[in-house]
Amino acid sequence: MHSFGYRINALLTFSVTILALMCAIASFSDNFNSPSPSSEVQVMKINWFQKKPDGDDEVSLTLNISANLQSLFTWNTKQVFVFLAAEYQTPKNVLNQISLWDGIIPAKEHASFKIQATNKYRFTDQGSNLRGKEFNLTLHWHVMPKTGKMFADKLVMPGYHLPKAYR
Amino acid sequence: MGWVGDQIDSIKSIQFRQLISQAISLGMIVTSALIIWKGLMCVTGSESPVVVVLSGSMEPGFKRGDILFLHMNKDPIRAGEIVVFNVDGREIPIVHRVIKVHEREDSGEVDVLTKGDNNFGDDRLLYATGQMWLNRHHIMGRAVGFLPYVGWVTIIMTEKPIIKYILIGALGLLVLTSKE
Repeated sequence: MHSFGYRINALLTFSVTILALMCAIASFSDNFNSPSPSSEVQVMKINWFQKKPDGDDEVSLTLNISANLQSLFTWNTKQVFVFLAAEYQTPKNVLNQISLWDGIIPAKEHASFKIQATNKYRFTDQGSNLRGKEFNLTLHWHVMPKTGKMFADKLVMPGYHLPKAYR
Repeated sequence: MGWVGDQIDSIKSIQFRQLISQAISLGMIVTSALIIWKGLMCVTGSESPVVVVLSGSMEPGFKRGDILFLHMNKDPIRAGEIVVFNVDGREIPIVHRVIKVHEREDSGEVDVLTKGDNNFGDDRLLYATGQMWLNRHHIMGRAVGFLPYVGWVTIIMTEKPIIKYILIGALGLLVLTSKE
């Protein structure tokens, strides 16, 4: 009954159970955090705007992004993945989401930032619908925990326009 | 060596009736593991509810050896989600983040482009030749939860099969020789 093997087994089972319980509690504690992030984005410049040889519109933007995501961080937060997506509707597609810029915030100290960036990924439409197009810029964030459930939310900033002519 | 001697003694003392009850308890362990796995499949709607991260392409979020819990439902796929997808002609599923989504008005079909957080470029190089987008049927599930390190057990067992056999053997021996 009290052999070496049994004691090892009991100890191992007990410690794994406690560890699992602690992970579950840590993940659950994230629910008590009610974040209030803020963000502001300006389109500084349209670098160029053209129709590619294959017929799709493509535009290059310079953006001024400032955000404060410090309230997203809790003790169970490993990192926050943040990205800015252009979202618009075309006759063919109900939703187009194009990530323009993204970044990984490793710690709370870096969660309040102001940067200027040209779009990191190509802003290309499926078709030629971008002239004069109204679009939203949406700041999305994905909170990656040290353990447990991942959280995601977004902040929609409407009312941006692309120019009416290629340049 | 007293422990090993004890174990050998207890194997010698196995009787027929005891043998059957031990076989049943072994069967119980195997079937309950199977029930849990299949139950998870039902609950999550994904054919592999748990995956182990094998590459460092999503670092620092997910490291090699971390475990992801997947969920699959009818909800539309959106940018930013971490999805697990299969590319035609590739056996191992990939876990990456969606960076572009184009959703059709009429059919509801989606064109999706993915990228690993730690990779420089997008995933078009990983897709089948000439494939520009992922569609709904390529996607096996989206990651909803995360547990660090636990996946190392499976990585070690697939890369060093000998450890797997030793482990299974030791467990089998323990079950056979245990007395209630």
